Amino acid sequence: MASKTRKPSAVEKKLIGVADVVISAAQKRRDPTLAIPVRSLSNVSFNERKGHLEMGRRKQARSFFNVGMAKKFMQTVLVADALCELQRANLTTSLREIYYRTKHTIKNSHENTLDTQDESDPLIEDLEVTLEALREELHVRAENAGSIVGPLVLVDDGDQVDCARLGKGGYSVPSIVEPEYLQIRRCTADFVLLVEKGTQWNRLSEDKFWRRYNCILLTGNGQPPRGVRRLARRLHEEKGLPVYVLVDNDPWGYYIYSVVKQGSINLAFESQRMAIPKAKFIGLSSADPEAYGLPRNVGIKLNDKDIARARELLNYSWFQKKPWQEEIKRMLSIGLKYELDALANKDFQYLTKRYLPRKLKEKDWLD
Amino acid sequence: MRPPGQTLNSSKTDPPAPPAKPTVSAVEMGARQREISVSEFFTKNRHLLGFDNPRKALLTCVKEAVDNALDACEEAGILPDVVVRLETVGNGEPAPPASQASRFRITVADNGPGIVRQQIPPIFAKLLYGSKFHRLRMSRGQQGIGISAAGMYGQLTTGKPVQIISRTSGRTPAHYFEVQIDTKKNEPLILEKKQIEWEHARGTQVTLEVEGRYQKGRASVDEYIEQTVIANPHVRLTYHAPDGETKELARTYTELPPSPKEIKPHPYGIELGMLLKMLQDTRSHSVSGFLSGDFSRVSPRLADEMCKAAGLSPRARPRDVHGETAEALYKAIQATKIMAPPTNCLSPIGEKAILSGLYQQIKGEFYTAVSRPPAVYRGNPFVIEAGLAYGKAPEPEGALPEKKAVPLAEGEQESGDHELARVIRYANRVPLLYQQAACSSYKAVLDTTWRNYGVTQSRGAAPAGPMVIFVHMASVWVPFTSESKEAIADYDEIRKEITLALRECGRRLGAFIRRRERAHSEHRRRNIFELYIEEVVESCNRLKGGTLPVAKLKEQLHRMASLRTGGAKTDEALGKNGSGPEGLPHSIIVTVDGVEGEVPEPVEAEAVEGNSTNGASAGDDKPARGKRGKRTRGKGAAPRRAGKPVRKRAAGKRRTR
Repeated sequence: MASKTRKPSAVEKKLIGVADVVISAAQKRRDPTLAIPVRSLSNVSFNERKGHLEMGRRKQARSFFNVGMAKKFMQTVLVADALCELQRANLTTSLREIYYRTKHTIKNSHENTLDTQDESDPLIEDLEVTLEALREELHVRAENAGSIVGPLVLVDDGDQVDCARLGKGGYSVPSIVEPEYLQIRRCTADFVLLVEKGTQWNRLSEDKFWRRYNCILLTGNGQPPRGVRRLARRLHEEKGLPVYVLVDNDPWGYYIYSVVKQGSINLAFESQRMAIPKAKFIGLSSADPEAYGLPRNVGIKLNDKDIARARELLNYSWFQKKPWQEEIKRMLSIGLKYELDALANKDFQYLTKRYLPRKLKEKDWLD
Repeated sequence: MRPPGQTLNSSKTDPPAPPAKPTVSAVEMGARQREISVSEFFTKNRHLLGFDNPRKALLTCVKEAVDNALDACEEAGILPDVVVRLETVGNGEPAPPASQASRFRITVADNGPGIVRQQIPPIFAKLLYGSKFHRLRMSRGQQGIGISAAGMYGQLTTGKPVQIISRTSGRTPAHYFEVQIDTKKNEPLILEKKQIEWEHARGTQVTLEVEGRYQKGRASVDEYIEQTVIANPHVRLTYHAPDGETKELARTYTELPPSPKEIKPHPYGIELGMLLKMLQDTRSHSVSGFLSGDFSRVSPRLADEMCKAAGLSPRARPRDVHGETAEALYKAIQATKIMAPPTNCLSPIGEKAILSGLYQQIKGEFYTAVSRPPAVYRGNPFVIEAGLAYGKAPEPEGALPEKKAVPLAEGEQESGDHELARVIRYANRVPLLYQQAACSSYKAVLDTTWRNYGVTQSRGAAPAGPMVIFVHMASVWVPFTSESKEAIADYDEIRKEITLALRECGRRLGAFIRRRERAHSEHRRRNIFELYIEEVVESCNRLKGGTLPVAKLKEQLHRMASLRTGGAKTDEALGKNGSGPEGLPHSIIVTVDGVEGEVPEPVEAEAVEGNSTNGASAGDDKPARGKRGKRTRGKGAAPRRAGKPVRKRAAGKRRTR
């Protein structure tokens, strides 16, 4: 399969290591076991000095001769095999294609190797952390789920993309934005505005907000995908642009902000290259409805899940700063959440014409 | 109501019309009042007897005739041989197909003792005439309404009389009758009577023509027949369905249930009015003699004690006891501790017979049956029996082409059916097909926590799974909720007994399921590794660029797999090299060992057969036995009959799995 002339890449070697685990264990008559770092809150710590999340050292053993894990172990080896195949052919693919590639019926049975994609996705993340290889290095990409517009010129596959001349739609952020694939040719913006929802991004783009305030508009349509986060980080790092985050005023909005700022719990191992510890939370704050005169009837009552989530956030070590505790507690005491869309209650262009200008002017943001 | 300001008096004296002569005088009203005969009453209220709709009516007619036939045979000590024939009647035109027909001729013939000539007309054409109402003895029929009501229904819907042929022995001639019921007087009308030639030496045959509807499925005649055979494995039943199909349901249990004895009423079971009536009717000359003579479980000493407690002389004449003294006596009786009524008036089916019936009629993997010791409600003794058939019989090897292993797509699942358990209910061996939800036995099934026994059950529902639950109540007087005998009334004592019986069944089922599951999981453990080793090795080989000594790695892993799962020991437990679930025994029957002495002795089938029935029946039975032997796979048939050996066999199978 592999050509003898090509030297295996570092990632490929790591993937082959999975097979070596099985072979050497079998020789020593030991149970083949992979040590996989635990990806949960209990194994994540907040590095205050660096300002991002770090993964702890706890690992979980996944062994083959264990009824509960045998299938997962088998699937992990199978996924490693598929990923190695990508390396050798130098192709990139999606999570879903990996799932289809590895799915087949086990010989002499009715059983499928995988039943749903939900089974293969976490395995890829497992391999990422175990092998300390990034998803991009594994040649797995996510959907292009973000848009960017602003005074910025990028080079993608040799094509120049001027993000100031892409109309309302902007440029669709690819999932892999490492310098090898995407270069920042020129950037004259003053800051980056990362918006949670596509609706508000469209509003701002349509109103040419970026031209007036000389900024880059970025959205991830909800929880921003890796590409968007990584690109924001690069703009922040390479061009020294401050990043402002505009999200709904609810626990999930707060968490999106914290993911941009400190990294996510699930992918804590990547936060050192994704997190933007200096990102600012520009809105919607729980103080805004009062400050901007949003009527109570455009709020939504917090449901039990919202409240439980907010309480969880209060306990996260990276939300311990006093203003943040106040912010979350204020939302809980009001008992309402507000969507960005609610600003349209005052005026369709309220966001562009009043809200953001005033915020920027008053430097009214949280850190 | 009243206009304000008006007093009660003024409204009374201010009627809208002057007090006219009453339109109907008391004399005229009196002239209209007359007796209502039972037959008239039930003509109008036929739903009370189970004739609400044509489908149910057809079933009720068959049921009444079959019940009578079985009762008669058993009382005479004859192993019943019953033929049921349903035919469509065209009424002048050619007979329509069974599913569309609205008229049926029902013929039920038995090999019973026959009926003496004089009794034939009242039995078949007089309501509330019968031998069973006045005695306390277990029988299917109770009131003496059934068959005559069926005849009346036929008469009402088709105008045809009931035809009866009966013969009491080979030496006497057979009598043929056509009778109708005079509904006004509740008396039989004889339309035709003659002596005829009949091919049978003994027995009764009744033919009814009724309006009905034949439809298979739940609460159908077919279901009734099937369930009757389960609870009466000593019956040989031939059923000619109206669509031309004939079912031969062989006798699988050759012992006639012990004939129940007639008992006297138990003092706890009577009311004051009943006591007064009995005091008047008795032949005894003293109260003491009356108490000890006319009731069960009252010894002369106990009778004296009761009299003393009631402040009554034991020598007092029963006819002189009225009013307060009678009431005092009644109270004294109720306050005295009396032994429970004798239970020889009952004839429970018995665990072995239930097992045999369930095994024969229902395919499953596990059967069990429980007979409770007798209990008493309102002075009536009763016995509860419960049984259970669980699982699906594995398909015989080679019968079906091996199912192709089709890979499942996402979201697809193996089609596992989630049917609910079927509850089959009986009272005195008669299947109850309607009003399941109102029945005490069904309620007891719902109340039992089947989850404790490894069966899934949603709240307020019957347990789920391939399971048939059998509940039987045998009593001298089964408390039905209505005359049509569809549901057992919910007495606490009855409910408790049913629940206890079901729990015992459940416990045994739970043990069976657990044992089976343990074997399965060991097997699965091994299988998982064996399945996955292949995949893992292939993947590793590809990762290594195809340079791996595949066979060696596989072997190493296999060796570890068998080491990890208990090696040879597991191999043995799994029935050699894990040949799969086919290695499981087809059925396991557990009976409680050492059941009370009432259980009939295991008898050789052929021997009893020959003695008790006429020659034809014994001969006919042979092929049936052969058939059964095939189903039991090997030596299954023999140990099935005994309590202890079955246990052992089950245990043996378990070990080899």
